[in-house]
Amino acid sequence: MEYLVVLYNEVYKILFLLIPILVSVAMIVWFDRRVWGFVQKRRGPNVVGPFGLFQTLADALKYIFKEIIIPASSNKVIFILAPIVTMTLALSAWAVIPLSEKMVIADINVGILYIFAISSLGVYGILMGGWASNSKYPFLGAVRSAAQMVSYEVSIGIIIINVLLCTGSLNLKEIVLAQQNLWFVIPLFPMFVIFFISALAETNRPPFDLPEAEAELVAGYQTEYSGMMYAMFWLGEYANILLMCALGSILFLGGWLSPIDIYPLNLIPGAVWMIIKILILFFMFAIIKAIVPRYRYDQLMRLGWKVFLPFSLIYVVLTASFLIYFDLLPNTGN
Amino acid sequence: MIAHALFFYFFSIIAILSAIMVIVSRNTVHAVFFLILDFISIASLFILIGAEFLGMMMIIVYVGAVAVLFLFVVMLLNVSEQKLSWFRGSRKTKHIPIGLAVGAVILLELIVVVGGWKYRDTFSETKFLNFEKDFTNTHAIGNVMYTEYIHLFQISGLILLLSMIGAIVLTYRKREGVKRQNYFTQVGREREDSIKLVEVESGKGINLDD
Repeated sequence: MEYLVVLYNEVYKILFLLIPILVSVAMIVWFDRRVWGFVQKRRGPNVVGPFGLFQTLADALKYIFKEIIIPASSNKVIFILAPIVTMTLALSAWAVIPLSEKMVIADINVGILYIFAISSLGVYGILMGGWASNSKYPFLGAVRSAAQMVSYEVSIGIIIINVLLCTGSLNLKEIVLAQQNLWFVIPLFPMFVIFFISALAETNRPPFDLPEAEAELVAGYQTEYSGMMYAMFWLGEYANILLMCALGSILFLGGWLSPIDIYPLNLIPGAVWMIIKILILFFMFAIIKAIVPRYRYDQLMRLGWKVFLPFSLIYVVLTASFLIYFDLLPNTGN
Repeated sequence: MIAHALFFYFFSIIAILSAIMVIVSRNTVHAVFFLILDFISIASLFILIGAEFLGMMMIIVYVGAVAVLFLFVVMLLNVSEQKLSWFRGSRKTKHIPIGLAVGAVILLELIVVVGGWKYRDTFSETKFLNFEKDFTNTHAIGNVMYTEYIHLFQISGLILLLSMIGAIVLTYRKREGVKRQNYFTQVGREREDSIKLVEVESGKGINLDD
């Protein structure tokens, strides 16, 4: 009986996280298209609801009522599993994100590793979708994205090591609390820039959206998908983008901490600061989508392996030497 | 505690079944997916016994990197069902002795490992892992690995590096007649090299090929 109560509480907490995330994904899609529109001197979606806010909901309804087409020569089980995997992984990573000091579902010791593990699994949705479609554009898209995501994960991992050197803990809460005096964006600014660019590549956002480059591959791995399955890919993708923004604000921008710890600012609840930071990062994502042309594939690989990886490795050495020389290493012998 | 045991049996049954399916399934891509399922359930078992760092590392390294490369290769090779008829044909019996030999060796090794556990006195003791209460196992592993076992750790890193270089050397071949893009010449291109303004008199064409 006690077990059931615990279970009920957990389900309740999970629903209270999941539903806001799904709604905010819908809003963020609208925001993305709107920014994109303004940069190109268009209006963007502005018809459905006030300022076009309900555009994404209307789109979702449209997707729900569309027919799901499963190609005859596809591998049906994997074809259906692919969007489910993408969306499940994108949402399950949110379990460890602390929106404020109390608002977190699972406060685990290895939170950052958990997020890293989940985001490294994200490539499977794309690979499965691309392979199971059994057609050439999806397959090319899947092959591209597998190489791309694996390469950029390496540099994200090393950037995370930089932050971990400064905090001495893998717990996301402690990473945020370690930034009370100084946000890591200041000492680790180059790492923040590289993290941001790697996050663009990791989530297949422009200018690194080669897996779905419409000029070359129709829609990449999503070509054969239709209806709700396509929408699930899409939701998963945006949930992943939001996750990367949240991770960026936790690692570098001090999570739920207010910019300066003075009277009127620290009355505002932490979750609000967190959301503002996520939105600022997402705004940068949206702007970059509008203003930067797509990379060529060899340039993408060169950037990942020959620029970001060596640079972030050197920065690890620098950070470690600095911390040891000035005796600033976090004391974690406890 | 009952929930704990239930989860343990759930994950171990999935692990064993998917391990069997890796061998049994005809489609190679399905086999790789079952391998991934196996890795994930083993990682869950690690997490169940409180070794969260090992569990996460299992997922990051094996599922996130190794299995992706497996899948990549298997998909690119296009080992379809017809090619697998190789296993079903008349030559089937030839592979059984080799398989049995490998299986016997693995069984022997397992027996040695389990025996080693039971009679630990003859092996070197793990005296450096003195746990304290609020010591996360990431800290514990780090404290041991980077102090007492630093040389073994670095040697294993070196072995991995060597094998990587070896693989690259074995597969690298210089191909002739391949067009390569030099990044620096592309970026270093100036306006004068690429744009020429030409006054064209009306009624007369010009020749641009010179």
